[in-house]
Amino acid sequence: MSSNSRRRILILAMLLIALAVGPAVVSAQQQPPPKPAQDEFLPIDQLPPGETLPAARLLIAAYAVVWIGLAVYLWSIWQRLGRVEQEIADVTRRVQDAQAAERPRPAGGAGR
Amino acid sequence: MRAFPVLTLLAAAMFAYAPIMIANAPFESTMGLVQKIFYFHVPSWFAMFTGAFICGYASAVHLFKGSRNADHYALAGAEIAVVFGLLGLITGPLWARKAWGVWWEWDVKLTLALIVWLTFLAYLLLRRFGGPGSEKLAAGLGLFGAANIPFVYYSVNWWRTIHPKTTVVPTLGPGMRGAFWFCVAAFLLLTGLIMAARIRLERQRARVDDLYLSLED
Repeated sequence: MSSNSRRRILILAMLLIALAVGPAVVSAQQQPPPKPAQDEFLPIDQLPPGETLPAARLLIAAYAVVWIGLAVYLWSIWQRLGRVEQEIADVTRRVQDAQAAERPRPAGGAGR
Repeated sequence: MRAFPVLTLLAAAMFAYAPIMIANAPFESTMGLVQKIFYFHVPSWFAMFTGAFICGYASAVHLFKGSRNADHYALAGAEIAVVFGLLGLITGPLWARKAWGVWWEWDVKLTLALIVWLTFLAYLLLRRFGGPGSEKLAAGLGLFGAANIPFVYYSVNWWRTIHPKTTVVPTLGPGMRGAFWFCVAAFLLLTGLIMAARIRLERQRARVDDLYLSLED
């Protein structure tokens, strides 16, 4: 590659970078400063009117998600425990059967 | 495990009484009614952090000492972290929709919380589909996930964010404080009970594996 074409590629790359980064820098400068984080909760006695209804739906949804989610999870643990205990009982029986089959038969009982 | 049924009843009673305490707690001045999501949202994250720390510590013990029991604790902790983290990730946007006007914000706190939750989800997926030896790889993931928890908790103090700061909890008013700590106690008690049940499940699974091995021999 000649030095001329190398220089052309370099200029093109620099132009592309400037095009990509430029608008982001401008928009970052134009953005309003973010609201400061809340550092304490102040209690009030009464809710402002008209505030209760839309929030109530979200509140009920949040509590429903937690209650239903926890109930489903507890039920799944219960089911899994039941299944594994059933499996233990089955395999224990199979192990005992296998051990009984391997045990040598008493000599006197043979031939009957 | 004689205390298990008694503690289960206590946890059920606490969860039944919690809505009464929350209903009686005062409204917050700027957010109003929707702020009451706080009483289940934050305890869900406390339970998630508990599960994550147990997973991280037990993963370290499993990695360095090869303890099978520690592996049971790690798996149980990771599952708790995923379940309670999911509850936190769902209740948070429901609160944010009203408080901030958006369901989600790519804020440091929220993004870090999502990444940590995904880390523990990856832990569970690795354990489920990773095949033999995956418990060691998963232990590394559990350790890494737990190491990120302090960043999630303190991110609101270290970086500029719209999420309320950690100073909210120590400055709660008397009516809010009682309800909040009652809910935290209920969630942590439930976490302990789930942990006990999950560890029992893992021990029983290990017993099944041992029985199959003895059957093959």
